[in-house]
Amino acid sequence: MTTPRTPTRRGVLALAAAGAAVAILPLPASAQLSAGAQAAVDRVRGSRTPQEGRITLRAPPIAENGNTVPITVSVESPMTAADHVQRIHVFADKNPTPDVAVFHLTPATGRAQVDTRIRLGQTQDLIVLAEMNDGSLFITRAEVKVTIGGCGG
Amino acid sequence: MRRAALVGIGAAALVAAVALAQGGPPEPQRQIPNPMSGRHFATPETLAIQDDDFLNPAFLWVEEGEEAWNRVEGTSGQSCASCHQDARETMRGVRARMPAYHPRLQRVVTLEQQVNICRTERMGAPALPIDSRPLNAITTFIALQSRGMPVNVDISGPARPFFDAGERFYNTRRGQLDMRCGSCHEDNYGRYLRADLLSQGMSNGFPTYRLKEQRVISLQFRLQGCVNDVRGEAPPMGGEEFTNLEFYLAWRAQGLPVESPSVRR
Amino acid sequence: MAAPIGQPRVRLPAQVRAGEIIEIRTLISHVMETGQRRDQAGNVIPRDIIRRFEAKFEGELVFAMDLAPAISANPYIAFQFKAERPGRFEFTWTNDAGESRTATQDLRLA
Ligand code: HEC
Ligand code: HEC
Repeated sequence: MTTPRTPTRRGVLALAAAGAAVAILPLPASAQLSAGAQAAVDRVRGSRTPQEGRITLRAPPIAENGNTVPITVSVESPMTAADHVQRIHVFADKNPTPDVAVFHLTPATGRAQVDTRIRLGQTQDLIVLAEMNDGSLFITRAEVKVTIGGCGG
Repeated sequence: MRRAALVGIGAAALVAAVALAQGGPPEPQRQIPNPMSGRHFATPETLAIQDDDFLNPAFLWVEEGEEAWNRVEGTSGQSCASCHQDARETMRGVRARMPAYHPRLQRVVTLEQQVNICRTERMGAPALPIDSRPLNAITTFIALQSRGMPVNVDISGPARPFFDAGERFYNTRRGQLDMRCGSCHEDNYGRYLRADLLSQGMSNGFPTYRLKEQRVISLQFRLQGCVNDVRGEAPPMGGEEFTNLEFYLAWRAQGLPVESPSVRR
Repeated sequence: MAAPIGQPRVRLPAQVRAGEIIEIRTLISHVMETGQRRDQAGNVIPRDIIRRFEAKFEGELVFAMDLAPAISANPYIAFQFKAERPGRFEFTWTNDAGESRTATQDLRLA
């Protein structure tokens, strides 16, 4: 059989399947951020040094349209009165303003997991910070590629 | 192989001959005999939004459309439900067979136009602008009642000249780029146009929630975009040219399940 | 003038057992105008977003979200909840103008 000029249905499907939402491999949190994102992170951080780990960010590695990028953030925590996640901050490194969302959690939620849909103006890193009730701070950072940019925020 | 092809041609010739003998125009032949819905060209994330009636934002439009269905409007003091009762029964299959020839008006009408015909002629209410939120809400609600049913428009008899006009529009090169619809959707589907993966340009998913627009759009809004893409002058939404084109597109998609409300990038 | 905050949609699982952690999904119709776009005449379209979402259970705040313009139009928000006892949820979406829209939903346990 000769190679078809246009991809077969299977080919198209395989191509599409490559985009499945995955837990994105975190990048080193130390890499340089845009000035805006750095300032936003510093405001949350104060004098604390964030640790890596505990946070899982699920997002499409390649978003079809930056206007609607589904994300799921989960944080390992027992979510008890004594030990729980208080806030989850999401920042977009290269949006006109880096703020995306702050989620306020309580032990009543039982599990630290949130979902929403966000706008990304271009391919860029997402930065997630999780603040625990004991004041400790966790960070993760991952890249989302955007094929068509959203109007950003 | 060669024999099969010859038999194929023979069959087509036979169909044509029969059609001629009956005095009708020959059966049109589809460029893409086994069409593929636009969903095959979408990413899993987009499909996950489409396939979950809660995640799919078009259901906000569906709910608005259902409210409008039961709302009394216009001088005759009626709602859609006054005449058509329960849309789940009476509107089942309607999206699948529209656009359709309207015997009294003696022309092909789209679902959008039919809603406005009922509003202006039966309810004494003003027509809703094409692609406006209230009209898209009601057509999305109506289209949902046909979800999963195969597209099945009737192009025979008096409908045929409208179909032929739509086909001509489809095959006409236009714009500064001098392209036909098929230049993208037949010759190049499955390939990238800049960042866009080209589909076969099937209409079975409309109305659709478009991520770019962040709203439900009607088919003719998408068609304006396609004509603008080749730097052409797009005819007005709701006009005769796009109505005929929409009719032709439905026939191209014949057999595909109605997918409205789909989600597209 | 602020854009209308549309009808909210809220979904809880149909069958919930005591002690189960459930997902609560919400969607609301809203343009989420970023304040960075221009109209055809070139004028900036003023920012108009849902800026706060709150979920109360039996009057107590259990979850909240501060939204920025980077949240997509027709905001979708989902969070988790540990179902210990039956009761009433109250969900509130508030826009930049301080106007809000509330939906209630009862949690019943199987
Ligand atoms: C006074 C009665 C009346 C009211 C009110 C009315 N319609 Fe109709 N509708 C008709 C009739 C009669 C037809 C048959 C086609 C025609 O004459 O235009 C029809 C046809 C239709 C069709 C095509 C159905 C098919 O089987 O092909 C649709 C869709 C439709 N109406 C939608 C609506 C909607 C939406 C509303 C409310 C905005 C509405 N109608 C209000 C009488 C009504
Ligand atoms: C320059 C290339 C190009 C041309 C020419 C073009 N389109 Fe498109 N069309 C696109 C792109 C890009 C999209 C969005 C991605 C996709 O579905 O292919 C699209 C989408 C569509 C869709 C929506 C498909 C879906 O499943 O959502 C339809 C229907 C369509 N086109 C019809 C037409 C018609 C009719 C014409 C001729 C008037 C036309 N197109 C000409 C590029 C083109």
